[in-house]
Amino acid sequence: MRLAISATTYRMVLLLRDSHQIQSLVIVTPWWIRSQVLVHTKTPIVMDFPGGKVAFTPEIHFISESNEERVPCYRVLDDNGQQLTNSQFVPVSKEIAVKMYSDMVTLQMMDNIFYEAQRQGRLSFYATAFGEEAINIASAAALSPDDVIFPQYREPGVLLWRGFTLQEFANQCFGNKSDYGKGRQMPVHYGSNKLNYFTVSATIAYSLLTQLLPNAVGAAYSLKMDEKDACAVTFFGDGGSSEGDFHAALNFAAVMEAPVLFICRNNGWAISTPTSDQFRSDGVVVKGRAYGIRSIRVDGNDALAMYSAVHEAREMAIREHRPILIEALTYRVGHHSTSDDSTRYRSADEIEWWNKARNPLSRFRTWVESNGWWSDEAESDLRSKIKKEMLEAIRVAEKTEKPNLNHMFSDVYDVPPLNLREQELLVRQAIKSHPQDYPSDVPL
Amino acid sequence: MWGILGRRAVDGGFSASSLRRMRSGLVSARSYAAGSKEMTVRDALNSAIDEEMSADPKVFVMGEEVGQYQGAYKITKGLLEKYGPERVYDTPITEAGFTGIGVGAAYAGLKPVVEFMTFNFSMQAIDHIINSAAKSNYMSAGQINVPIVFRGPNGAAAGVGAQHSQCYAAWYASVPGLKVLAPYSAEDARGLLKAAIRDPDPVVFLENELLYGESFPISEEALDSSFCLPIGKAKIEREGKDVTITTFSKMVGFALKAAEKLAEEGISAEVINLRSIRPLDRATINASVRKTSRLVTVEEGFPQHGVCAEICASVVEESFSYLDAPVERIAGADVPMPYAANLERLALPQVEDIVRAAKRACFRSK
Repeated sequence: MRLAISATTYRMVLLLRDSHQIQSLVIVTPWWIRSQVLVHTKTPIVMDFPGGKVAFTPEIHFISESNEERVPCYRVLDDNGQQLTNSQFVPVSKEIAVKMYSDMVTLQMMDNIFYEAQRQGRLSFYATAFGEEAINIASAAALSPDDVIFPQYREPGVLLWRGFTLQEFANQCFGNKSDYGKGRQMPVHYGSNKLNYFTVSATIAYSLLTQLLPNAVGAAYSLKMDEKDACAVTFFGDGGSSEGDFHAALNFAAVMEAPVLFICRNNGWAISTPTSDQFRSDGVVVKGRAYGIRSIRVDGNDALAMYSAVHEAREMAIREHRPILIEALTYRVGHHSTSDDSTRYRSADEIEWWNKARNPLSRFRTWVESNGWWSDEAESDLRSKIKKEMLEAIRVAEKTEKPNLNHMFSDVYDVPPLNLREQELLVRQAIKSHPQDYPSDVPL
Repeated sequence: MWGILGRRAVDGGFSASSLRRMRSGLVSARSYAAGSKEMTVRDALNSAIDEEMSADPKVFVMGEEVGQYQGAYKITKGLLEKYGPERVYDTPITEAGFTGIGVGAAYAGLKPVVEFMTFNFSMQAIDHIINSAAKSNYMSAGQINVPIVFRGPNGAAAGVGAQHSQCYAAWYASVPGLKVLAPYSAEDARGLLKAAIRDPDPVVFLENELLYGESFPISEEALDSSFCLPIGKAKIEREGKDVTITTFSKMVGFALKAAEKLAEEGISAEVINLRSIRPLDRATINASVRKTSRLVTVEEGFPQHGVCAEICASVVEESFSYLDAPVERIAGADVPMPYAANLERLALPQVEDIVRAAKRACFRSK
């Protein structure tokens, strides 16, 4: 670009050159023109597209599909339960540590006994959380009772931590009169308004994986609007992260600045689908950045690491009004459910190894004992107490009556409409006329 | 309150305003108070949402373009300015996402009014409507109720093609746990939307794009901010004694026009505006059929498993011995909606179809 300029302008041009806006400057001054300046302007370094400023680059460069190194995994205890040097973690008191360990043992024993009950034909169905006890209990321990939980189906430990009794678990599994779900759900579909734990059933079930994720974001938005010192927390597995709801929920949570924790239990298996067939990203943690969400990868079998990660995440979520993604790496030791036999698609050796060598209970127990807070005696006392309580709970639950007939028709709406009231009358009339067709153990 | 608009003017003579009202399909009492107000359905919906938001701070609106753009069909005009972005929320384009979020907010105690740009897009979110909202109260044994409203235009508009013209009344009305409403007039729109927002159960509110701009007379009572219509009650728009015509939404206008034509031929048709598809007001429908002995049901949607099918079944079950003629169903053609204007017209029920069906029921024609 050739310009005819005055001396003042020339000085300005020199300033521009010095500020690197101009690439080069050539001054041509024939005597009859004050000065002629050739100015080559550089292309601007940044430009404002919708969405903000971006820098340009003349190189054609594709972002690699994966980093050279996988995102590192945060842990505090080594495989043997010894605290790593330089480990950062949120300290836990003796009381909390002992409760955490005891609840992990209780969860494992409860799962064992209910699983056996199903195998004996006393329960229709069950799903265990073997191998994921640390995720269950440690995350619950790091939250406050006001934080609202939207579970998947492998997190009964959170309810356990909050005070759901073994009897209450048994009542739901047996679908009796005392079940809070009034017998409407399959086993393991627990829920408790009082404990801020959304009924597993209320949306999720097996066909509706991650359905609760966007719901959690909505609830978090509501908590934010009410300025509560609480967040929403939702759980899902590696398989669940493939659902459309995962995308919608994370995107919205970021845009709405909702205080929600997304906790992914990456246990390696979605029924029989291994993670290599589920996604090609570096696990689930890298997906957070795609939505503008702060994320962390944690050793899910390390109770202390889980506790610290969830604790910190919760603070950030509430204080800064942001979602956080936590990927807890773990292994699903049990079958997907009692309808599954996982030895059909993975080796029994692999399962054994994770059960023995990487067991979250033994790792945490070592640490708790190293602080002088636990002993063999305490262990055997706890186990015999739990076993007794469980067997009693099952005995009582099995004997308790089933829910009344009217519960088939209540709660469809707030107030039963006319057509349902009519239907109930028709059913009762039919039972009266044909009592032999109606089961004798269901109260009317 | 339904008497106000339902009565047929007995004396002859037409004023300009009544001509306008008749063109809009509603035979109203033009002999009513001088200076009776009129309101478009759009304004009726807007004022209903506005009043409910003003009365209850837990009510909020979310959807695509509801805020800054004032609403894709301007139903939420002025609300962003009045209530701010926290209560009038412009969502990203993820129906499944924002529906799930709305339901989550309802779980936590808020009262969302979720707008779908059209109910065709609700199919992206239907899992959340049915499984997260409709079934929650039951599955949680009454612990989790969902006071949410899903609203938006439903059914055919004009020249929008197959994927933007479907009627979802039958789909949603088959689900226990949902309430499904379909307003026709401005009064319906106001009263039913207010009732829906106040209702503790999830409500699917099916509007009609072509009705948004139509004006209807509206009574003082209906303009009051506490006005509310009962859910589950149909309205007899026009009384008659020879044949019962039941329908909802835009087709109410067509049915009323058909009734006018039939009156010229000496057939007195009773037109029932269903207003509530679920719960269906079977009592009113059956009482009417027992009076007239003939039934013609009309809807815009696809014929198989439609709302009309349910009404016919109900009438045959409950009023069989009162029927003097087979029940007649008029529905949209069993094809995805064509785009070309002439084909679209052929694919939807027209006034002539209703007239012919009524005459068939009265044995006046084949």
